[in-house]
Amino acid sequence: MTQAAPVETPRPWLIPPYGLLVVGLSVLVVVLLGTSLAIGYVSLDLTQAIRDVLSGQSTLAALVLIELRVPRALLGGFVGFSLGISGAALQGLMRNPLAEPGIIGISGAAAFGAVSVFYFGLAGALLLALPLGGIAGAAAATFLLYALSGRGAGTMTLILAGVAINSFAGALTSLALNLSPNPYAVTEIVFWLLGSLADRSLPYVWLVLPLMALGWALLIGSGPALDGLTLGEDTAKSLGFDLGRLRFQLIAGAALAVGSAVAVTGAIGFVGLVVPHLLRPLVAHRPGRLLFVSGLGGAALTLAADIAVRALPIRPELKLGVVTAIIGAPFLFSLIYRLREEP
Amino acid sequence: MMEIEATNIAVRFGPTTLLEGVDLVMRPGEMLGLIGPNGSGKTTLLRILANLRAPEAGRVRYGGRTAAEVGARELARQIAYLAQGGTVHWPMRVEALIALGRLPHRRTFQGLDAADRDAIARAMMAADVVSLRGRTMGQVSGGERMRILLARALAVDAPMLLADEPIAALDPLHQLQVMELLRTTARHGRGVIVVLHDLALAARFCDRLILLAQGGILVEGAPARVLTDAHLARAYGVEVVRGERDGIPFLLPWKPSGTSQGAPP
Repeated sequence: MTQAAPVETPRPWLIPPYGLLVVGLSVLVVVLLGTSLAIGYVSLDLTQAIRDVLSGQSTLAALVLIELRVPRALLGGFVGFSLGISGAALQGLMRNPLAEPGIIGISGAAAFGAVSVFYFGLAGALLLALPLGGIAGAAAATFLLYALSGRGAGTMTLILAGVAINSFAGALTSLALNLSPNPYAVTEIVFWLLGSLADRSLPYVWLVLPLMALGWALLIGSGPALDGLTLGEDTAKSLGFDLGRLRFQLIAGAALAVGSAVAVTGAIGFVGLVVPHLLRPLVAHRPGRLLFVSGLGGAALTLAADIAVRALPIRPELKLGVVTAIIGAPFLFSLIYRLREEP
Repeated sequence: MMEIEATNIAVRFGPTTLLEGVDLVMRPGEMLGLIGPNGSGKTTLLRILANLRAPEAGRVRYGGRTAAEVGARELARQIAYLAQGGTVHWPMRVEALIALGRLPHRRTFQGLDAADRDAIARAMMAADVVSLRGRTMGQVSGGERMRILLARALAVDAPMLLADEPIAALDPLHQLQVMELLRTTARHGRGVIVVLHDLALAARFCDRLILLAQGGILVEGAPARVLTDAHLARAYGVEVVRGERDGIPFLLPWKPSGTSQGAPP
């Protein structure tokens, strides 16, 4: 066969080295975390507050920082990371840029779980009742997904099962609104469903962080198999990957990460759809490498949107889910417009 | 060195039987062509040999062991599989795509080592895709894509290469080059099983042919023994013209034989 001389082709200018991309996004996330701590409704001398916390003085500044700002910033980062990485993983599994964490029905079910807590008036009874209800909803949906589609299920069955679970969870949520005992409960439920990071306390963080971290680990571990899936299911299998196990790993991972995220914040749409799509060209379309950077990108976008919510002079405060959807939907329009050009 | 031995393979789709009683032994150093009309079960048989599908009856042994005994990872190092059609879901860069062939040799978060880079470089050289390495899969033609995917399969560096219609999208020059490459691969001690529709190239490059038709192996052996007028009329329903160049016989499908499929020759 023709022997061509090895040529070093330069890396296209728009694709940064992977390490640089990770470092750059990490720096961005750290800066946004700092900004998120610094911004809020009461003016706060951040250095003084940190000094107070470190010296154990329970001043008002220390209280605001620990009780309000820190949980809000941490949850923003963790929830965004969960949504971004889950979106990237599910797009890799489905090999479809329009897949997103909601597609397997987990977020809808988690939302319904939390809504039931409101409905039965348990939200005030126990500090962690809301996130626990959400996590229970996500877990129930995961088992139902498996019962419906089975271990050897193909991608199409998985999507159909997800759509069915989503509609059912949506119907039950509507039913809860419909039968709601009083208008106050309806308002509570509707506002919660819009998605927000406001007024979450530190115990929320400690409740969901281990679950999310386990989910992230499962998702990141699936990177090589997702790379292999680029060549189709047969080739991925011929490279030694067990596709049944991969689906289990990804669904369990996404359920843990997204289920916990929705359980504490309500529905925050479009992050899981838009972030992987925006970052994919920067990792040269490698599904495995997209996972971690999408997590970082999701954290950055969620933190930025939550900062915007507080910085904008609009009161009552806009809900985070509303802002991400308003930013995210136009991206989706452009994505669809470009997909239209392809045969 | 490993050999693949399939015994008494049957393939059924519901009530329909596609293959029955197929026996096949594949040894390293040989180039075996799987030929037969559309729907005769070539791809299905190849997938069974690659352990991508279980047969409804019969068994496949790899060096005397079952696929489970060999283990998925080890089997992935022993058998490289080139799928039909050339599906690539994301427009990755060519070199990164070829590097996917090294996945069975790597730990989860390990980068490419010297052996990986060497295998990738040799595979790119062999498949004549070195000049394409910096492009993305969105910037290559159909023929280039097939050669890149062939390089991906070669990069596995496996003793067995199973290729499903690797020359279907190629121009005549690259058809010849790929067939030459597959034969060289076999000469270097690997086993190559290739599904083909081009009878002339099958006759010229393969050591042995298996003609699948009518639910099983119609005939098996050296190309001259398999590609007789009677077998071709019976399997494909075509007449061929034959000739000779440089002492090598060749044949060309010429017209429908008028013998209906399934009738005796």
